[in-house]
Amino acid sequence: MQSRVNRRVFLRSVAAALAAGTALPLLQACSGSGSNPTPTAAGGTGAPPEPTATGATTPMAQASPSPAAAATVTPVARGTVGGSLTVYSGRSESLIGPLMDQVQSALGIDVRVRYGDTAELAAAILEEGGQSPADLFFAQDAGALGALAREGRFIELDSDLLERVEPRFRSRQGLWVGISGRARTVVYNTDQLTESDIPASILDFPGDERWRDKLGWAPTNGSFQAFVTALRVLRGDDAARSWLVGLKALGTRAYENNTAIVRATIAGEILAGFVNHYYLLREESQAGRDLPAANYFYRNGDPGALINVAGVGILASGRNQEQARALVDYLLTPAAQRYFAEQTFEYPLIDDVSPSPALVPLGEIQTPDIDLSDLDDLQGTLALLQDVGLL
Amino acid sequence: MAIGIGKAQARTKQARRRPWYGRLGAPTLIVAPAGSLAALSLIPLVYLVVRALGGGEQTLATLWRGRTLDLIQNTLVLTAAVTGCSAVLSLPLAWLTTRTDLPARRLWSVVAAMPLAVPSYVGAFTVVAAFGPRGALQRLLQPLFGVERLPEIYGFTGAWLVLTLYTYPYMYLSLRGVIGSLDPALEEAARSLGHGPWSTFLRITLPQLRPAMASGALLTALYVVSDFGAVSLLNYDAFTRVIYNQYRLAFDRSGAAGLALVLATLTLVIVGVDRAWRGPHRYHRSSSGASRPPRRVRLGRWTPVGLAYCGGLALLTLGTPLAVIGYWVVQALQSGNPLALTWRAAWHSTSVSLLAAALSVAAAFPIAVLLVRYSGWVGRLVEFPLWVSYALPGIVTALALVSFGARYLSPLYQTLAMLLLAYLIRFLPEAVGSVRASLLQVSPHVEEAARSLGHSPLRVWLRVTAPLLWPGITSGGALVFLTTMKELPATLLLSPIGYETLATEVWNATRELFWSHAALPAFLLFLVAALPMAILLWRQQPTEWAGTPVSGGGERQTRATGSNW
Repeated sequence: MQSRVNRRVFLRSVAAALAAGTALPLLQACSGSGSNPTPTAAGGTGAPPEPTATGATTPMAQASPSPAAAATVTPVARGTVGGSLTVYSGRSESLIGPLMDQVQSALGIDVRVRYGDTAELAAAILEEGGQSPADLFFAQDAGALGALAREGRFIELDSDLLERVEPRFRSRQGLWVGISGRARTVVYNTDQLTESDIPASILDFPGDERWRDKLGWAPTNGSFQAFVTALRVLRGDDAARSWLVGLKALGTRAYENNTAIVRATIAGEILAGFVNHYYLLREESQAGRDLPAANYFYRNGDPGALINVAGVGILASGRNQEQARALVDYLLTPAAQRYFAEQTFEYPLIDDVSPSPALVPLGEIQTPDIDLSDLDDLQGTLALLQDVGLL
Repeated sequence: MAIGIGKAQARTKQARRRPWYGRLGAPTLIVAPAGSLAALSLIPLVYLVVRALGGGEQTLATLWRGRTLDLIQNTLVLTAAVTGCSAVLSLPLAWLTTRTDLPARRLWSVVAAMPLAVPSYVGAFTVVAAFGPRGALQRLLQPLFGVERLPEIYGFTGAWLVLTLYTYPYMYLSLRGVIGSLDPALEEAARSLGHGPWSTFLRITLPQLRPAMASGALLTALYVVSDFGAVSLLNYDAFTRVIYNQYRLAFDRSGAAGLALVLATLTLVIVGVDRAWRGPHRYHRSSSGASRPPRRVRLGRWTPVGLAYCGGLALLTLGTPLAVIGYWVVQALQSGNPLALTWRAAWHSTSVSLLAAALSVAAAFPIAVLLVRYSGWVGRLVEFPLWVSYALPGIVTALALVSFGARYLSPLYQTLAMLLLAYLIRFLPEAVGSVRASLLQVSPHVEEAARSLGHSPLRVWLRVTAPLLWPGITSGGALVFLTTMKELPATLLLSPIGYETLATEVWNATRELFWSHAALPAFLLFLVAALPMAILLWRQQPTEWAGTPVSGGGERQTRATGSNW
């Protein structure tokens, strides 16, 4: 298997070198729209001032890539890789668009990104099969990465890439690696609650009448799903079921996503909700002021202390694996990791970069003992949620 | 009365005395393109069958989980409720704007169709923001009446409300086209025979509206079946939501395919019911003499009621989303974020939607001809796959084309051509509906007359038939344009890489709470999507009495020919 991949990589690079001058411009011309993202000179290497997509959504200067740009295989400057790369990103353009622009200028790679919903893109990659134009998949959660890994769509990553993040945040088979961390928290309304009102374990919410009709969750949300899966893995199906049933019996309100929960909490529609940590930070950053809500972090290995990751995997069917590796490498450098800390308010996963001061440091959060790759079994969770009547 | 509604026998007679197509062997010209379009529309279905079979027992297990029956019931209840309410809502609206002296009725007739330009995900979002348990309305009522909480909006109520408010224009547009052009002679005859106004309305007017109602109802019903935005934001367990969840949560393509096949079957049932109810009627005038536009009803002291009705509905459907967009702008300005708008996205949306509209209308011709002039099993065979593809959730069609395109059309995959194909497959029935409605009112005798005067068939089509179909062409095109502007799932997966549209901009921005980035694209999306439809309706509004309704080609032609039937 390994040797086959290597040979393929070799053949690919030879073919790419030969074909780059003719085939690539041709292909791009064939794609017909005249709108291929081009290597713009946007942005320096520093993080842009806003978590906005200004750079990415500004109309590109040129209409089509120059053949020269696509054919640059020889390094022009130190660290420059050249070539092109197709990324399928379940992370939205507002979040990572500016970063992708940085990559363009830092590595000289013509990065073309298809933005979409993580699971829909995963489904698309599976449907495309060996014909997939994607070289790299940037997923919002570990579950989607696990699903593609299970189908054998990823190649194994180099250990020097993998080892930059803690083992708890990467695939044990080395098929994907986490890029940024997303902690589960309980967001609560600070006008009506204090930190001490939050129960010591997330499992203590059910059965407490104080919370009747006052909690929010998002049963269809991937992050919530991953949490329920973790609960099943950690405490067994029965415990997960009784937690769900208990909260449902309390009239816990279902929302479409974390955003809606945070807003409902701020509005006082509910007292607290189960979310990821960064939604509140983003809402506050947008509002430009403190809002009457706060995050409660579990730290003691409680199931509530789960930290999921957004991560990447390199597709076995990709034609630009060298560039894909260069991108993964770049995403794990301090510059890129600082971007996640400062702009998306997520946890950076490499040692040298510290998270936003508003967050509990990663080292202080003892996450539950779980392999994030195990979160790819959503089928059982789905069945459970359907059974309980939440889906 | 010689005017009126011919029954099935008349139709078969007409088919037997088939005009010039039969003799000239035109059917191949018609059947070949229509057949290929139907074959294209079959791609999603074939994909679903392959996927569902590939899942084997697992697919069955997903279907068997006992909830499928609930889903069918939920979906049908919602569909029936929305369709019924749309009819109830639209009938007075269409009547007020075409047959009364309502002040500014021209404006109202345009405004009444505009909710169609609001994407259901924006609509649902705004309805929650406005009428949610602690939404804007509650905050307004609290100081006045001490209302702590409004009734639950999530679930059936909300989904029903949102879908009714944003899809009733399908019904309204259908009804409006016909209600303004009904020949008053029938109603006058009924009155002269001693029927009161109500009895006349129920026994004469309403039956004449049946085909319009049927086509409006079909579009509404199938839109409801396929809609995802509203049911997911409002947590109503319709088929689409569960199918999406199957993809999103379980990465289970075969289970999703199984569910989608059940949905497709449901669609067939709905189309079948529609066909049965519609019946094989003829609606062009069959006697000599010309029809004339109806008399306007004076509203008198009822004028304020009429105004309140139109105004209230507009406030509800358009006021809330515009207010929410305004709120986004304020939020963005307060937080010092620049309002983002990319003209490139606006250009992409507009141009691709225009292309899709033109393509759909052109494709609608052969199908409409086949359906109207050659009724029978071929027509039905061609028509059903179109409707099924129309009613499938967007993600299913998109993934089917991903699978098909990557394998068999790889040079076209993720190009504009592929995207247009997806739009064509998804929205063709909207164009077919409009063109068909127009064609129904064109008597074949006009064409025969033109032929007998020595014109070639092609020339007859270009000089006689096409001009008569113009209202149907334009309204069908406007409808497809508008729907394409709002389209999301296929655009995300099948567009050329980096091809952002207004819809993807809004989606991208709201997904991550960047209101400042959502506001302008959302506003522009609404504006551009609504524009062609608005112009069309404005121009088609009879200023005096010269009614040229959406599908009123028949009226003009009968006046022109006075054909002796």
